[in-house]
Amino acid sequence: MGKIKLKIDGREFSAEKDEYVLDIAKREGFEIPTYCHNDQVSREARCRLCVVEARWQEGGHSRIVTSCLYPADEGLMVETNSEQVRLVRRVVLELLLARTPEAKGLAELAAEYGVGKNRFGADTDFGKCILCGLCVRTCREVVGVEALGFRMRGVLKQVGPAFAEPSSVCIGCGACYFVCPTGHIIMTEKGDERKIWGRTFKMEKCSKCGRYFAPKYQLEWINSQTGVAMDRLSLCQDCK
Amino acid sequence: MQAKVNLKLVDEVIKSWGADPAFLIPMMQDIQAQYNYLPRPALNRLQEKLNIPLTRVSEVATFYKTFSLKPKGKYIIQVCTGTACHLRGAPRIADSFMRELGIEVNGTTKNGLFTLSTVNCLGACALAPVVKVNEDVHGQVSSDKVKKIIEAYAARKK
Repeated sequence: MGKIKLKIDGREFSAEKDEYVLDIAKREGFEIPTYCHNDQVSREARCRLCVVEARWQEGGHSRIVTSCLYPADEGLMVETNSEQVRLVRRVVLELLLARTPEAKGLAELAAEYGVGKNRFGADTDFGKCILCGLCVRTCREVVGVEALGFRMRGVLKQVGPAFAEPSSVCIGCGACYFVCPTGHIIMTEKGDERKIWGRTFKMEKCSKCGRYFAPKYQLEWINSQTGVAMDRLSLCQDCK
Repeated sequence: MQAKVNLKLVDEVIKSWGADPAFLIPMMQDIQAQYNYLPRPALNRLQEKLNIPLTRVSEVATFYKTFSLKPKGKYIIQVCTGTACHLRGAPRIADSFMRELGIEVNGTTKNGLFTLSTVNCLGACALAPVVKVNEDVHGQVSSDKVKKIIEAYAARKK
């Protein structure tokens, strides 16, 4: 570790050695679009939207790299919005749009990059999933349950519970539903029931205001992980 | 046909690899060598004994083409469809097998004897077209040989 100097879009900044380019750029106010990035979980560079142009020699060859996983070092030169970068992002956006046109903010971003009529046509074989893996990483790293994972590979790759069966370890917390950038994961609530990934969960009532607020399994999981007493957990966020 | 799974045998496999999750793939290979596919009870046992999430087992078992979650026949017929075999009539050989056995590629006969599959290259191009049945290699296969091969294996004792 130690301080290094790098250039972003021609301006010089100092940063820690091996700090990721995306973090530096964001801190300095550059805008880099991301779709599979969340500060709470690890990075896997799956959405490919955060690409930038990296160059190590003035006038030398440049490479298109994913900024979220590209470590900075002394003398690195980064272009965040060059012709080449915009071209790559445009193709990525076209592909994302083909899969999930309704995703939040995607249409606006695509318009910004001049994506018009999509040459790829609608792709509907596996729903709206773009395999960004945010739900998988959230389930593993934040919730700590690992109910979700990938299945198969290549064009058949899908996300979901093990063997595409309702998971026995899922606690029904719905974190995957909230973190999903495209709305592929479906969660429905009706009365005291919540349905997600093909499994139905009984919801618990808040002991004070009486509204259904969380699945029983989730409260039991929090209790087993943190030791917070069940009667304290039985209050909803508003009544706490 | 779902196999009856002997969990003791699965436990032995796990033990032979020191119950180390790093050896998940060889454990699965050993189990598949036993049953010709990966039965769910055996996979559940792996998950339990190795103390890993079931999604990890599911990811590995579905990622590799060698692993099958569906029961396979006693004899697995692999018809090579690599370039050399293709030129020497592999598609016709595959068709003959499909016709004779009454199954599609990746299908298994009702009596549980044969599973038909096509593979990309067996690396025996001089013998093209090649068919492999379990560990036996049959070279220069022709359509009329197909019937003989099937009959020879069907006539074998258990």
